[in-house]
Amino acid sequence: MKPSAPTGWRKILRSVLIGLAVIAGIVIYAYGFQVTKVNLDEARSERRQTQLIRILRALAQPDIVVFSQEQVTLSAPFYMPCPPVPPQQRELNPRQPYMLVTPSCIEPGGKVVVEAFHLDPNADATIFLVPNKDVKLRLSSLSTDASGHLRTEVELPERSSETEQAITVVTEQSVGRPRLSRSAIDTWDKIIETVFLALLATTLGTLIAVPLSFLAARNLMKGITITPLGLALSILAAPIGLTVGAWAASRLAGWTISVSSSPIVSLSGAIVGPGLAWIAARWALPPVEEAPPSPALRWARTGAMLAAAVAAVIGVVCLGQILIQAGGWLESLLPSVSFLGKFVGDLGDIVQILLTAVLGLAAAGLLASLSGKLARSMTEGLPTAALRLSQLVISALAGAVLLALIGAAVDWFYQIKDPKLTLYGPAAVGAILGMATSLRYGKRDAIPIGLAVYYLSRTIFNGLRAIEALIMAVVFVVWVGIGPFAGVLALSLHSIAAMAKLYSEQVESILPGPLEAITATGATRMQTIIYAVIPQIIPPYISFTMYRWDINVRMSTIIGFAGGGGIGFLLFQNINLLNYRAASVQMLAIAIVVASMDYLSSALRERVV
Amino acid sequence: MLSVRQLTKVYEGGVVALRDVTFDVPRGQFLAIIGLSGSGKSTLLRCINRLVEPTAGQIVWGDLDITAAPQEDLRRIRRRIGMVFQHFNLVHRSSVLTNVLAGRLGYVSPAWSLVNRFPAADVEKAMRQLDRVGIADKARQRADELSGGQQQRVGVARALMQDPEIILADEPVASLDPVLAHSIMQYLEKINDEDGVTVLCSLHFLDLVHRYADRAIALNEGRLVFDGPPKEIDDRRFKEIYGKDAERVG
Repeated sequence: MKPSAPTGWRKILRSVLIGLAVIAGIVIYAYGFQVTKVNLDEARSERRQTQLIRILRALAQPDIVVFSQEQVTLSAPFYMPCPPVPPQQRELNPRQPYMLVTPSCIEPGGKVVVEAFHLDPNADATIFLVPNKDVKLRLSSLSTDASGHLRTEVELPERSSETEQAITVVTEQSVGRPRLSRSAIDTWDKIIETVFLALLATTLGTLIAVPLSFLAARNLMKGITITPLGLALSILAAPIGLTVGAWAASRLAGWTISVSSSPIVSLSGAIVGPGLAWIAARWALPPVEEAPPSPALRWARTGAMLAAAVAAVIGVVCLGQILIQAGGWLESLLPSVSFLGKFVGDLGDIVQILLTAVLGLAAAGLLASLSGKLARSMTEGLPTAALRLSQLVISALAGAVLLALIGAAVDWFYQIKDPKLTLYGPAAVGAILGMATSLRYGKRDAIPIGLAVYYLSRTIFNGLRAIEALIMAVVFVVWVGIGPFAGVLALSLHSIAAMAKLYSEQVESILPGPLEAITATGATRMQTIIYAVIPQIIPPYISFTMYRWDINVRMSTIIGFAGGGGIGFLLFQNINLLNYRAASVQMLAIAIVVASMDYLSSALRERVV
Repeated sequence: MLSVRQLTKVYEGGVVALRDVTFDVPRGQFLAIIGLSGSGKSTLLRCINRLVEPTAGQIVWGDLDITAAPQEDLRRIRRRIGMVFQHFNLVHRSSVLTNVLAGRLGYVSPAWSLVNRFPAADVEKAMRQLDRVGIADKARQRADELSGGQQQRVGVARALMQDPEIILADEPVASLDPVLAHSIMQYLEKINDEDGVTVLCSLHFLDLVHRYADRAIALNEGRLVFDGPPKEIDDRRFKEIYGKDAERVG
């Protein structure tokens, strides 16, 4: 065998493979042509082309300004048949619109040339024969040319008369200054709505996405682990904390609202509550702690923190009340800026709604962290056998609760209404799974809960991101009605998912050095995030937020297609009504806003980064 | 006294960084750690404050078992161990003062420091430390506006804010020119002499080891291959530490 033989074969094989690849490529594109119904004949057909040209011309003439129209009638004397004495030549002002009829008299049934000057360009004109002042015979309709000139030959009917007749040219002339058209005014209203829709959605999305992005950052979550017992206890404690916290908050808020109907009470509550909370927190959280506190002191501090929380809740509810009351007062006092009053009132409402949710979550977090401590002291204090047993029992309980909660969610969606399938079954399976997990892990094993949260939040963000904001808008339209608010909510939700992912990738790409250095000083995880992570991510966060605003402006222009408000609604309507000149105004507005947003955001980004 | 007993670290993926390393550091000693790049010096230093979790072995400091300490106690242990890094590891966009104040994070209440509030006494202390390393006038500048030598001085000041009993210095002068290197080493020497702080410092250049260290230990592929006064590192020992083909420079 010659050594060159294999290379020869290889060469042939390679050529064959390349040939196959080319053929495969041709087949793929041919199929693509077929499924996308590429149709060149249709595109070339005359009917289609005239339609296309009509639309393109309409789009090229956005209906932005209009003029008041006035009917202008030019008139020239005319004799049929010619009188014995030839008519006198008229005086004409060459600066004003005027018309000529040549010749100025003919025998009945002849033809004359009608010419008119200094009319509006491209205006519709109609030529009439006026035998006497009660009769008007239409001779011809045509348009003036680009310079406002009109020339045509008309055939006259046989209407002879001894007296003077007239030939007139009637046009619609624009007079006065240009005004914005109806569609321009509507477009202005809606484009403002669009920009603010994008602003609100971006703000809301950013506020929620920033904290969530830390959960989806691998480098921050990787190190967080939990013991099996701690995990089981936390699963049990978190729902209890959530329920109790939310319940306590709503009870406290209800009580506060019932006593703070007068502005004086709510104002003093809004001042005294936070003040008390501040004092209690100052005492409970000393600025510097040299040694671990004694148990008694710890309990006292917990009590003080609880008192601070109660005082803070009362203060916040009172703040909400004062805002609502001030909003109502503002609205009645200054009707011209009633939107400010409404805004203040809505803020108060939002504060009160958020309070319940925030306190529920806080209580859940608190109980979960307490259960972690309990798990640690159990691990250290209990003998091995007792520990194993309690770990087994608690894990079984936790598994049961977890799956029963999932079962309840399934029941809510699918309305199965069979407790065997949605409650007892899952609980039993959960208990078995919990026990199995407990047996699988030793008491000091570290379960990477951080990574689990990381993957879970990543999955949720990716899933949400895959749903177009347009589709989300459909759901929100059902909830809050057609209008820009639905658009705000849909875009916010989409922004949260998109930005949480982008942000978290920024967190993952920070320099690890400062993180290490701050951890080495004995900082807690929260402190490390504040001092080592946040300073590093501020520039990219600002830049991504600007970019997102940009995207949201673009998205909000079409969110109206699904009833989400903004300029898209108008655009959609005009396209459906074949009103292309109006649609063109809206497209122009979108282009201007998107382009200027693009410029603005890149300019701002350059300044802050 | 800091005792390292049979310390072993195996990274995920099976790389063995430390094998059975055992040594003691008496209080107030200036200990140099030498060895080739990748010999485990950084891992060893990071095991001592558990930035890296040891796989096996024990580190005992006084009556505290560092390796067995739960997270909460670890915070109290770490705050008494200052650390200085080769690449300074400052937070670039924060001010010099904030970077130095970060050294107090182990002491201040987490809740208050979240809103960037440090007690006035800490701010004063930070200014004193900056004065001590000679860059008090730069306190309000952004950290990345400083030169390398100045940045490392901020790193030293940050470690000093912790009122440390030990300073771990991971090749603190490897990114600096020789003049700056000596100035940083002199700060460490001064802290060691005046405040009685134990210093564990990994170094590349033997002349620095001879000039500053009381004692040297050497690692080769994660094993302790030398432990003694720096002047005992003769040509034979040198080849044991750095390999047969190594030649002395400087």
